[in-house]
Amino acid sequence: MAALTDEQQMLKDMAGDWSRQNAPVTAYRSLFDRANGPGFDPNLYAEMGQMGWTGIIVPEEFGGSDFGYQSMGLVVEELGRTLAASPLISSALAAASALRLAGTQEQKARWLPGIADGSLIGTLAVDEGAQHAPEKTALRADRSGDRWILEGMKKPVQDGMAAQLAVVAARTAGTPGDDDGLTLFLVDTGAAGLERQAIDQIDARRPAIYTFNRVEVGPEAVLGEVDGGADLLDAILDRVRVGLSAEMLGAATQAFETTIDYLRTRTQFGKLIGSFQGLQHRAADMLGELMLARSAVEAGFEAIDSDDPELPKLASLAKALAGETARRVTNEMIQMHGGIGMTHEHDAGLYLKRVRVAEQCYGNSAYHRERWGSLSGF
Amino acid sequence: MTDLESFRSDTRAWLEANCPPEMREPIRSDADMCWGGRNWTFQSDAQRLWLERMVQRGWTTPHWPKDYGGGGLSPGEAKVLKEEMARIGARQPLYSFGISMLGPALLKFGSEEQKKRFLPEIARGEIRWCQGYSEPGAGSDLAGLQTKAEDKGDHWLVNGQKIWTSGADQADWCFCLVRTDTSHKQRGISFLLIDMKSTGVEVRPIVLISGSTHFSEVFFTDVKVPKENLVGEINRGWTVAKRLLQFERDSISESRGEIPSLAPLARKHVGLDEKGRVADPDLRTRLIRNGMRASAYGLTLARVATEKNSSNEPPAVSVIKNLWSSIAQERAELLTELLGADGLGWSGEGYDKASLDATRAWLHSRAFSIYGGTYEIQNNVTAKRVLNLPEQ
Repeated sequence: MAALTDEQQMLKDMAGDWSRQNAPVTAYRSLFDRANGPGFDPNLYAEMGQMGWTGIIVPEEFGGSDFGYQSMGLVVEELGRTLAASPLISSALAAASALRLAGTQEQKARWLPGIADGSLIGTLAVDEGAQHAPEKTALRADRSGDRWILEGMKKPVQDGMAAQLAVVAARTAGTPGDDDGLTLFLVDTGAAGLERQAIDQIDARRPAIYTFNRVEVGPEAVLGEVDGGADLLDAILDRVRVGLSAEMLGAATQAFETTIDYLRTRTQFGKLIGSFQGLQHRAADMLGELMLARSAVEAGFEAIDSDDPELPKLASLAKALAGETARRVTNEMIQMHGGIGMTHEHDAGLYLKRVRVAEQCYGNSAYHRERWGSLSGF
Repeated sequence: MTDLESFRSDTRAWLEANCPPEMREPIRSDADMCWGGRNWTFQSDAQRLWLERMVQRGWTTPHWPKDYGGGGLSPGEAKVLKEEMARIGARQPLYSFGISMLGPALLKFGSEEQKKRFLPEIARGEIRWCQGYSEPGAGSDLAGLQTKAEDKGDHWLVNGQKIWTSGADQADWCFCLVRTDTSHKQRGISFLLIDMKSTGVEVRPIVLISGSTHFSEVFFTDVKVPKENLVGEINRGWTVAKRLLQFERDSISESRGEIPSLAPLARKHVGLDEKGRVADPDLRTRLIRNGMRASAYGLTLARVATEKNSSNEPPAVSVIKNLWSSIAQERAELLTELLGADGLGWSGEGYDKASLDATRAWLHSRAFSIYGGTYEIQNNVTAKRVLNLPEQ
């Protein structure tokens, strides 16, 4: 990265120290013991709010610090190292980005201060099926005077059980499969007709299925242009994709370092296993992949902060490379640990599961390779 | 205006006035790269003129001291010169192992006499150097080298064989690793400068799979070398060599900038499907994967360059070399694959020039993971020095 400023370095150090002390992997592990929990520890999220991390990309007039996406990336990556579970990306990155990019003064004033101090959780409700495909949005929003009636389903909605605000992608024109004809709505999740059901995901983070049974919202709920929401949605998604890439990069980096430590200490055949060339070379190759992924992630954040028109390509590059690398490194983490790596007691499986979910979220590596390829003339 | 700003404007004006237009064209073939030396034939007047003008200012070696034929520029000024040359697309006036490898080693380990004698002729492009390192039995295990230099009182007597000596058939001098003590492996190696015109030096070019004769075998039979041609202390040549290999690895990875996209060529040669995508889905998938890695590689070079200035972390040169060689090799192979049967031509009228070049480049690319330390050696280095894994 272009050298960090002193403030950014402090923020990174602080996030690293805090996550190691207050949100270590054991804290994440405890989520697996709670069958009906919210998928994160609300007390830890409140602490993140107190430290200002929930307001990093929120403008100062709405209670944030407007410290930039690169700074947000530093925090997300550090939290990713210990798999610290929180709705930070859904709320302080995704929902905050939506409002920042397209919110009216009134919409910002209503939602951003709560997001910024962590008292209110927002999320994105985009996907409706197993494959990420925003253009296939079928959830309808039909006009009823100057109001709108939403009808349909969203699944999975990340952090959907805890969220009070959902930024919902709805079809207001055309048919599923059309790129155009989408509109974004700011929906209070307490609205009449909105049913929420938790689903039990491998990473214990518990996203939700949202069912909209004639949910009525007013004109103040429309975010951005009616029927012209596709570009806005892309812009929001690209910010979240880079954020998730940073989380995966942090998790993969830690998984790699933990594995290297094991190679330095585990003895078999009377030798440290890290002395075996078969393992050394796989470790060296992984380091190369991690370097590529880091470069892509950092370039993604720089592109967001500098309004670089190359952002869609860079976001897909980051998401695909971080996703592939995180998968490879967590697979190797288990393999190089051997049997112990297969146990629930060991951290390896937790890294594998969380990374697998993040990789799938908002377009998996294959989706982003295809997108990058199309944007790059292939 | 700061000193650096006025240096920039002076430099810009001088380059505009002195860099011939032909020398602002991109490099298209080996002949476009001027290597200098007594055997060099200038490709054009422009090539000769450009070298002479740059030599006059000491700008073939901008950061070397003026006493040794350099430009005496500060690091900041040298960077400005580089940027201003890049701005107008000016070619490097001189390619030289003397500049990239021997020079830095002499500046660090050479005697005052050696610096005065050898550096100015390197800077002026008058003497072309080759590197006598690898031997038939000492490739990856370079320290196993056997070429022997015996102390005969008033001279060294050298016997042995070098291989993979790049440009040896064109070079005037050779910087050479020789064994001066057989009882220690690394600590029995010395660094010797040998005139290729000496009696007993024989050069035999090697024909590679790409048809290139860039590399040679060099045979030394009872070659007499003056005592003063030893660089550094006797039996301490490995220190110099290691340092030099680092320069070599630096220059290998740094000189390879962007890896250009294959998209335009893929569209042209493979054709498009009804959605405007490259028509062969399997090939397209692999092109995309390679293109993404190439793109991230470019970003990595830029990132490592800025981090070098701001942190003390090991620059992981070995990791970069392996990333580059694997991505560039894969690209070269994909290029011939997308050319189909046109990617199989060796020479002649039946193929266009670009396709012939691509095929030769693919064959040449197999060397990327061998020269400058093989892929496997680089991974050994990474495991040991960067990851601190235990000794094998």
